[in-house]
Amino acid sequence: MSLNRNVAAIAVGAAGLMALALAMVFFVAPEDADQGISQKIFYFHVPIALTAYACFGTGAWKGLRLLWTGAERYDLESYTAIHQGTIFGALTLLTGSIWAKASWGVWWAWSSNQLVLFLVLFLFYCAYFMLRFSVEPGTRRARVSAVYALFGVALIPISFLAIRLANDFIHPTVFTRHGAQMTGTMLAAFWVSWAALLLLAFVMYRVELIGKHIDANLRDLRDILTAR
Amino acid sequence: MSSGEKYVAAAYAVVLLAVLVWVAIIAAKLVRLERETAELATLARRPAGERQSTDG
Amino acid sequence: MSAYAADVAALARKDLRLELRAKDTLPAMLLFVLATLVVFHFALPPDAGDDAAYGLLWVALVFTALLGLGRAWVPEREGAALDGLVLAPCDRSAIWLGKALATLAFLVAAEVVALPAFALFFAPLRGTALLGVVLVDIGICTVGSLVSAMAASSRTRELILPLLFLPLAIPLIVGGVGSSISPDGGKYLLFLALYDGVFSILSWASFEYVVTE
Repeated sequence: MSLNRNVAAIAVGAAGLMALALAMVFFVAPEDADQGISQKIFYFHVPIALTAYACFGTGAWKGLRLLWTGAERYDLESYTAIHQGTIFGALTLLTGSIWAKASWGVWWAWSSNQLVLFLVLFLFYCAYFMLRFSVEPGTRRARVSAVYALFGVALIPISFLAIRLANDFIHPTVFTRHGAQMTGTMLAAFWVSWAALLLLAFVMYRVELIGKHIDANLRDLRDILTAR
Repeated sequence: MSSGEKYVAAAYAVVLLAVLVWVAIIAAKLVRLERETAELATLARRPAGERQSTDG
Repeated sequence: MSAYAADVAALARKDLRLELRAKDTLPAMLLFVLATLVVFHFALPPDAGDDAAYGLLWVALVFTALLGLGRAWVPEREGAALDGLVLAPCDRSAIWLGKALATLAFLVAAEVVALPAFALFFAPLRGTALLGVVLVDIGICTVGSLVSAMAASSRTRELILPLLFLPLAIPLIVGGVGSSISPDGGKYLLFLALYDGVFSILSWASFEYVVTE
């Protein structure tokens, strides 16, 4: 995979973008009139959530490719992508919870659709790992994992719709927080931050994948050497 | 620091800590890979016929 | 097309006949759902409104279905019949559909007792709620049959089935509760229909990959 040669370069790029993002968030973007400084959490929390979606989507796509072509490499790629998605999903919940405490004084709010959605997805993808660890390695495990990854991606919009509908009759204490009325510099900081986090996720994904490939090669090597 | 600033710091710190934990896990994996490659290198250097299937 | 339908019918009939002979899953589901309803009576505070009871109805139905789904592929597992079915010259998805229909039959049979019991113990069920039950049943049985087959390839079978199934069941619970208590119940029925459509197609298309190497 020639892309691996560039992983270090991409990591440097991610570091640079991250530095730029932090500078923009804390020194350039104006402070939000209503929420004050706690709004700054938004610049990480939302991109992390979007990155998690991207990772789950990639995992599902790789899973589809596995079912389509049968090429074994897609299993590892799908698994690694979903692993990154779960990491970023957990970070979404953590940063979201801190933001909720900063904005509304509570660590959890069922009225926050995104928080609830990520909780459901987190449960779903944790079960993915439990499933993976309880099936013998092989084609069956790869296929079952791929199908489950596809179900996950279908669950995302349906769950979101369900949570929105549920708010009609759960009558939670409604907290309001606006997101999209951003000035130009705020929007720019958001995009840079998102780019930095996407690159970070990509680097983490590649590094983990390289580790898994090395594992696989070592296993084969061991089999060959001990069989002689 | 106002309480708002504390929460912002906490949120960004959580992300930094997560990445560092991930680095630690990768580092541990790298150490294990180094040990395994060293074992396999020893196996490979021995002349053929002597190699026994050990712990695999 | 009719060969497919015949396969599905034969497979569903096989499951129903096995159950009629063994009589183990359906009585257990019936007793479980009734016992759960009684437990809920004691779990709810005395001033809890009907809304809370409706919520618990759907929980009871989902968990009763889980009970049945845990047993869904057991006849195929004992005697490695699933391998035989997979080798048979029928479309693999027919196996899934047959299983889903049989599970649906069991669930409906349990509900024939459970729903009147609920109406008796707690609160009456309106038309949209009953339609909701039908749509939720379809969702449970289609997704559940697939997920149950996934769990069957796992070492931890019965342990992992609820973990795989419950996140997928959350939208069904929302739809069901909404159809029971919301003034705009039709919206929730439409949502349930969407869920059923999306996940039925997904389950139908992917079942083959879950049972083959």
